[in-house]
Amino acid sequence: MLRFIVRRLVQMVGVMVVLSLLLFLWLRALPGGTVSAILGERATPASRAAMEEAFGLDQPVHIQYFKFVGRVLQGDFGPSTSVLPGTDALDIFLQRFPATIELSFFAMVIAIALGIPLGYFAARRRATFFDNASVIVSLVGVAVPVFFLGFLLKYIFAIKLGWLPVSGRQDGQLEATRVTGFFVLDGLLTREFDASWDALKHLVLPSITLASVPFAVIFRITRAAVLEVLDEDYIRTAESKGLTAKVIRGRHILRNAMLPVTTTIGLQLGALLAGAVLTERVFSWGGLGEALALSFERRDYPVLQVVILAAAMIYVIVNLLVDIMYAVIDPRVRTR
Amino acid sequence: MTFKRKATPLAVLTVAALALTACAQSDRDDSGSDTGSAAGTSTFTFGAAGAPKVMDPFYATDGETFRVTRQMFEGLVGIKAGTAEIEPELAESWEPDASGTNWTFNLKTGVKFHDGEPFNAEAVCKNFERMFDQNKDGQVAAEYWAGTFGAFKDKAATSLYKGCEAKDEKTVVLSVNRPTSGFPTFLSLDALSMQSPKAMETGKANEVKAQGEGFIYPEYSKAGVGTGPYKLEKYDEANKTVTLVRNDDYWGEKAKNAKVVFKIVPDETTRRQELEAKSINGYDLPNPADWKGLESAGNKVEIRPAFNVFYLGLNPIKNPKLADVKIRKAIYQALNREELVKTQLPEGAKVATQMMPDTVSGYNKSLEAVKYDPAAAKAAIAAAGGLTLEFAYPSEVTRPYMPNPQKLHQAMAADLEAAGITVKVTTKPWNGGYLDGVDANAFDAFLLGWTGDYDSAHNFIGTFFGSLDANNFGLTKHSFGATLAGDLAKADAIVDEAQRTAAYEKINQQIQEEYLPALAISHSPPALVVGEGVEGVVASPLTAEEFSGVTVGGK
Repeated sequence: MLRFIVRRLVQMVGVMVVLSLLLFLWLRALPGGTVSAILGERATPASRAAMEEAFGLDQPVHIQYFKFVGRVLQGDFGPSTSVLPGTDALDIFLQRFPATIELSFFAMVIAIALGIPLGYFAARRRATFFDNASVIVSLVGVAVPVFFLGFLLKYIFAIKLGWLPVSGRQDGQLEATRVTGFFVLDGLLTREFDASWDALKHLVLPSITLASVPFAVIFRITRAAVLEVLDEDYIRTAESKGLTAKVIRGRHILRNAMLPVTTTIGLQLGALLAGAVLTERVFSWGGLGEALALSFERRDYPVLQVVILAAAMIYVIVNLLVDIMYAVIDPRVRTR
Repeated sequence: MTFKRKATPLAVLTVAALALTACAQSDRDDSGSDTGSAAGTSTFTFGAAGAPKVMDPFYATDGETFRVTRQMFEGLVGIKAGTAEIEPELAESWEPDASGTNWTFNLKTGVKFHDGEPFNAEAVCKNFERMFDQNKDGQVAAEYWAGTFGAFKDKAATSLYKGCEAKDEKTVVLSVNRPTSGFPTFLSLDALSMQSPKAMETGKANEVKAQGEGFIYPEYSKAGVGTGPYKLEKYDEANKTVTLVRNDDYWGEKAKNAKVVFKIVPDETTRRQELEAKSINGYDLPNPADWKGLESAGNKVEIRPAFNVFYLGLNPIKNPKLADVKIRKAIYQALNREELVKTQLPEGAKVATQMMPDTVSGYNKSLEAVKYDPAAAKAAIAAAGGLTLEFAYPSEVTRPYMPNPQKLHQAMAADLEAAGITVKVTTKPWNGGYLDGVDANAFDAFLLGWTGDYDSAHNFIGTFFGSLDANNFGLTKHSFGATLAGDLAKADAIVDEAQRTAAYEKINQQIQEEYLPALAISHSPPALVVGEGVEGVVASPLTAEEFSGVTVGGK
């Protein structure tokens, strides 16, 4: 097991080096760039040249890359140029990471808490009204674009009903104390329960929006997996042995059906960032998804680089954790 | 047994949570946060599209930063509300000598910076010396100084700035190396605001450093100290809000709101929804298509007087046929600008007769718009053996003078094709090849515009055509290029205002009737919107709205 983990970690370093090079070259190959974004219509050949020289953009690409790697090895990704100008890109990542984790956590809780039980019951009640209705709901979850769902939910619950806030993470006038960057947790830790409650209210709509796709995927995979397991010989054997329904459900159906579901949850966690780009933008959620969208739009390369590299690293780590979980759930994996 | 297994993790979590609760301390001020002043206690919340760059306006270049710093800082020269005209601010009056190079400013007395330091002649000189004396990276970051005074201390001979002398506590003489029409008007720029010399020294305000592809700003830039009606309370980066609090020691009329909060909401539709939900009191640049809907919902769309020009740039370096003025005029005649303004631009937009708006001195009132004449255009194009035009527009952007580039381009391209011109459509993202392409002479024709920084003809036509090399119109390929650039330099140096205005009027006439280096299309008024119950917002053509006189719900 240890050798397996070490091997995967070494592979991860290789992936990151190759990705950083490809990313660096891709960004430099794009037309336009930071200088255009900063100077806008006011650019003159002289101001453009002075800025390119100041940023080292007048040097050959390989020199720029080696300088970039040299700085990154010292933990310096360079200052942001537009998302939060002047602030170190890594600090922006660290500041916004809790926002995305908080949102993703609540979204995944919603997706799993609804997806697995509904998938299980839909499979057990196959071809009933409940099954058909659940499948339709899950199809809607996949088919409706995230931004549309976000705007629709805001229109109903924030504007028309006024129950929930339109956007952001917290009411700015609460003067909440920041400890961890997880606003709900911060409120609990500092006993500013109104701040915690306000942060929770801000989380409801974006979490539901972000949960829509993973919910649908988890629901469908759970349903399919349970249906497959129900047809297995060992279920019939268990029934014929006279095991109770509770034991069959818990030990034989759910445990076996959970294998593909666990893999799916892992992949969905990694894919959440893609969904977060739109959800965070629509809800002005100050997380990594919004930073990624803004940094691309405004050509903020330092932020773009750190967010993409970190997202890739998180994706690889989550998959490694899923593989380890897989080994825990299915003992056969451990022996391979 | 089962109970024990389930209860153990719960107990551990509870103990851990309690332990953590004991560690974290609330930063809230129990004494209450009201400023304690007799003035209003309400808060004005404005939806901003982006994060402010720095809290030191000297290194700022963007509207989102200036919107915040404008409430905190003031210049020697101010701008009269609702106009582009200058008026006294920290200087009560000013007077040039006969040469137009030495300007005596009489300063207001009893003014203090937010840190309690006095504002006086010495502080003014320290400010100018600080701005003039920039390191290499600071010179790149301080774009507005470079754009107005030209050079810094290490190239003093080429700089417009000559020196500053404090005559007494309230009299200061600013000297420039040559007279220019922009001085002292451009002292109204937010970037050239007065800041506390002591705070700048303590916070090492000039220690800007280029690193990677951006600038690292000194500590001072996070909390600049000015003389304005508001001062910075907090910039909560994690929650994307900037909070300003009333300066109770302000020298003038105190701000009516206790606080101004800028909530950063990059998406325009979300800003609109925030206004509908009444969680913000206003936002900038609502989509013109939404103006009517916003007003019918009880909001007020405040239309600013247009202080911009939208033009069609033509580049003879890329397409030599465009060096022929008959071709350029034919393109002008082919464009139905009346229709374009009516159908594609917001209410209040006007067809342009020249490359600057009518509020700027030097605007030539006698000029008439080139008439839409597709038949004449077609004949001229045919006589020239036809014309193929690579005509570009930017994507991923809206500008105050160009709310929807794609639709404007479609309408103009249709007009050009109707006149027998073969149009090759090109589009590039604004920051992803468009601006670079314009600068690199990559397009035959392109859509662009300009919003003025201050009330001066030089800031419009001087910016476009004042340099033979640094322009987007291939002036080196035009026989009139050097003459035009020379005439603009001469007009800029005329000290007498009436003579200078006459010179600019003449140049505008030549540009429109003889040269046509670019085709002026329109002037569009941008707007901002405020919610029900918000009073006192005066729309500024320079987007320089001050919020100290704003009330919310009558408070």
